Amino acid sequence: MLYYRDTIAAISTPTGYGGISIIRVSGVDAFEVVNKIFRRPGGKNFLEQGKNTIHYGHIIDEEGNILDEVLVSKMPAPHTFTAEDVAEINCHGGIVAVRRVLELVTRMGARLAQPGEFTKRAFLNGRIDLSQAEAISDVITAKTNLAANAAIGQLTGVLSEKINEIKQKILTLISNVEVTIQYPEYDIEDVTNEELLDSLREIKHDIEKLLKTYKQGEILREGLKVAICGKPNVGKSMMLNALLNEEKAIVTDIAGTTRDIVDEYISLSGLPVRIIDTAGIREAGDIVERIGIDRSIKAANEADLVLFLCDASNPLDEEDEKILEILKDKNVIYILNKTDLGICDEVIKRFEDKVNLRTSALTKENIDVLEEMIISQVLSNNEDVMSNAVVTSVRHKGLLDDALRSVSQALDCVSMGYEIDLIQVDINDCWASLGNITGQAVTEDIIDEIFANFCLGK
Amino acid sequence: MEIFEAGNYDIVVIGAGHAGVEAALAAARKGKKTLLLTLHLDALAMMPCNPSIGGTGKGHLVREIDALGGEMGKNIDKTYIQNKMLNTAKGAAVHSLRAQADKEKYRVEMKKVIEKTPNLELKQQQAVSLVVEDGTVKGVITQTGAKYDCKAVIICSGTYLKGKIIIGTTSYEGGPGGLLPANYLSEDLKKHGFDIIRLKTGTPARVNKRSIDFSKLSPQYGDAVPTPFSFDNEEVEVRNVPCYLGYTNEKTHEVIRQNLHRSPLYSGMIEGVGPRYCPSFEDKVVRFADKERHQLFVEPEGLDTDEVYIQGMSSSLPEDVQLKFMRTIEGFENVEIMRSAYAIEYDAIDPTQLKLSLETRLVKGLFTAGQINGTSGYEEAAAQGLIAGINASCYIDGTDPLILDRSTSYIGVLIDDIVTKGTKEPYRIMTSRVEYRLYLRQDNADRRLTRLGYEYGLVSKEKYERVLKKEEDINSQIERLKTVKIPPTKEVNEIISSRGTSPISGTMSIYDLLKRPQLDYSCLRDFDPEGGNMDEKLIPLVEIEIKYEEYIKKQYAQIEKFRQMETRLLPEDIDYATVPNLRLEARDKLNRQRPHNLGQAGRISGVSPSDISALVVHLAKSQREDKNED
Repeated sequence: MLYYRDTIAAISTPTGYGGISIIRVSGVDAFEVVNKIFRRPGGKNFLEQGKNTIHYGHIIDEEGNILDEVLVSKMPAPHTFTAEDVAEINCHGGIVAVRRVLELVTRMGARLAQPGEFTKRAFLNGRIDLSQAEAISDVITAKTNLAANAAIGQLTGVLSEKINEIKQKILTLISNVEVTIQYPEYDIEDVTNEELLDSLREIKHDIEKLLKTYKQGEILREGLKVAICGKPNVGKSMMLNALLNEEKAIVTDIAGTTRDIVDEYISLSGLPVRIIDTAGIREAGDIVERIGIDRSIKAANEADLVLFLCDASNPLDEEDEKILEILKDKNVIYILNKTDLGICDEVIKRFEDKVNLRTSALTKENIDVLEEMIISQVLSNNEDVMSNAVVTSVRHKGLLDDALRSVSQALDCVSMGYEIDLIQVDINDCWASLGNITGQAVTEDIIDEIFANFCLGK
Repeated sequence: MEIFEAGNYDIVVIGAGHAGVEAALAAARKGKKTLLLTLHLDALAMMPCNPSIGGTGKGHLVREIDALGGEMGKNIDKTYIQNKMLNTAKGAAVHSLRAQADKEKYRVEMKKVIEKTPNLELKQQQAVSLVVEDGTVKGVITQTGAKYDCKAVIICSGTYLKGKIIIGTTSYEGGPGGLLPANYLSEDLKKHGFDIIRLKTGTPARVNKRSIDFSKLSPQYGDAVPTPFSFDNEEVEVRNVPCYLGYTNEKTHEVIRQNLHRSPLYSGMIEGVGPRYCPSFEDKVVRFADKERHQLFVEPEGLDTDEVYIQGMSSSLPEDVQLKFMRTIEGFENVEIMRSAYAIEYDAIDPTQLKLSLETRLVKGLFTAGQINGTSGYEEAAAQGLIAGINASCYIDGTDPLILDRSTSYIGVLIDDIVTKGTKEPYRIMTSRVEYRLYLRQDNADRRLTRLGYEYGLVSKEKYERVLKKEEDINSQIERLKTVKIPPTKEVNEIISSRGTSPISGTMSIYDLLKRPQLDYSCLRDFDPEGGNMDEKLIPLVEIEIKYEEYIKKQYAQIEKFRQMETRLLPEDIDYATVPNLRLEARDKLNRQRPHNLGQAGRISGVSPSDISALVVHLAKSQREDKNED
């Protein structure tokens, strides 16, 4: 729901661009939250620093581990984007580190921002104008549509099934307790402390088990790594752009223009795919180019899937064959590109016993087919991940953490001898947290459960 | 029908059941010239079903009614015959008070109060139609042609609207307790555009006490020291008439199974939707077929009558079957039925046509309360009656209505539930419907609500100041107990250990020790020399505040968040069809129900969080545009 005064956080830079990602934290507790996790050389207190300043230091988790080396800027209300206190953490350690920092921030009291929420606050606090505000609902709608698509649906389907199982256990427990409260005169046995402990332990165990899958879900979270390989000028960057559907990488006719590995995330039917556009693999004299090629080979080695590109309009040459040799044990889709310039029979023959596809990155021919092939790779290579319930999103993990905290607290309360009305508060909180993952938990469910299972009434 | 001018009132209340009497009393006490119409003067505040007031959740309602200046708590304190605090082992949040009532006395005492109240006129008349001009109610016309002009009307028609009694294969038009139904008013409401729903409820047989062998049943007594319902009563006279517990058996169930075909529920004769929490006995036998026995409770209807109420035996089977299955029960071998069990069907309005003030959205100045709004129970009715009475008066005065939100009271939850979500069965309050129940306890109802009772003119200044003083005393005792330190002596640790909690190694305050669930003030009292002058009645309240402190703080934080949405009121004239980015379903629902605030809007089924987002943006936008125009 919409509570304007709480503190929200999110990664505010598009995933994968360059080396730096920024986590924006906004709200009344923004500085407090950051102060808890930000350690500065000499131990200077972040809260005491002046407005609109930038500070160097490290992000430290609860156990004292350094998660990343960062720059943090401090911008007090009202002259910020949201007109609230804003802290921005510039992370350097890549996508994994950024996510860990974000998770830490949410554990420290910030809530993960909803789509468009910074903008919404900016508007509500009078920082941006009407036309900008019109876009907000579109953002929200767009996200909703994405979440509705089939592949995501399949993933969350398994997860929600698992969560619903846990929810049902909690619901049974709650209704067993509630029925004796609501109908004290009936001979329904009170839930004993032992039964309560058993159920709560089981629920706790289930939640912990699910939380462990967060690590397994890495491929889905970090994205399937796809490297685009091929000799210079076969259209790798253009292929990347075709997949990205926009002009991002530098594309020229001169071989070797793409020097750096540019990481790009694309969302194929809602599945994250991380595309590594490598510089052309070839024996290069140029030192700079040489480094690029080494990194490309490394990238190909690290990739879950390689897209090998060649120019279909010309027979393969020595250089193509050399690259094919390097890729021979890899998981490769062979792409016969530049079909707009014609297809040469020898090329077709060369790949006839392999997974191949004819494309034109220029005219976008078969790009949709390629996308489907990549998706089916994700699905088939991660069958166990896909068929088991895997927690992939930070939001879900955060809610599961909340649920775990509540159930642990309920267990403590039982052991300490508290009465059921207090224990029930934590059990209800646990149920509500899980409910926020799969859809609202409603009290009517408890009442339905009571009347379905117990014989009561005048 | 010849119509004649019969008088002029501020407010006319139709129906004098538990909703109607509270509504009329509240209106008259707020200085409004009030007319209370009833089908039968001897049926005023009648209890046609169970002879008890309170119980889980319902007990909370009665205490809240009392704190706001209503009558129910006072009346049951005068007329109860057994009183019991329920759930005492389950924590203070779910403690609930229940009393067995002497039905006849309850009715007579309430009638006395009504008759003695200034500004309040009581008449036996059946209202048949409303006078409505320009969408505003102007008067009421009765069956005899009397036309009463008025500024506001509160309908509390109970189960009388087109009431139909069903006993087995017999059915006839009738109200509860052998009274006549009101057959015209719901047709008139339809004319004014109201959606009418059909509901059903039932009541068990009353049998002759002398025909029961009580030696085969086990007696059930109330508390030796009764707790008064009303905060005005320091204590009440001890009355402790027992109820009795018995059990059905396999023979009973066999009779039911053999005669199921004669049940109107199974033959399809009943069309109304009945409540799940009062299923008929035949329903229990069918649905819980493997249960070997069912409980039944014999509850006296009063001190001056031999009629007893058999809780658990609600039925719509024919009378001969009722007698047959009851006589299989141990202790009931020779039982004689005095009034048979029956099911009753009646008209109600869809409560989503109401505002949170209980004024209808279709006719200005028209309020409804009680079973007509789809609820069930005397206490639920009384709570709504009180609020409708207050708000009809506010409507006439042009002042803001009393709207209790879900974080203030069980009454707030009840009204918000029916108005926002509607109901498909007669609605009953339950503690599990209440989000903030650690805070919304029966013990602090006075501290939660007396201020409002005072502000809305139903509670005297003196009573309000008494509550303020009580609050202050509780707080100062808590502060004092923080300073009373107990050393870790052998004597202290023996007491602590005997309660099953670990001994202390350093000096600790009584306040800190009381946080342990195993310890109470009584076992530490000897170490609090100054505590002698502490009011005994305050002790449990102080204990609760200390023991629940952390949780209550957490709940306050949740309430704070909740109120951010509840306090954002939605403009009366907003056209949801023009709000950009609202989904179609949300537009329809919002235009139909016209919620009072953003929080309520979010609770309407079919309105999603993103709809609320769109609404928030739209509201901020129009506010800013308004500002620019100024």
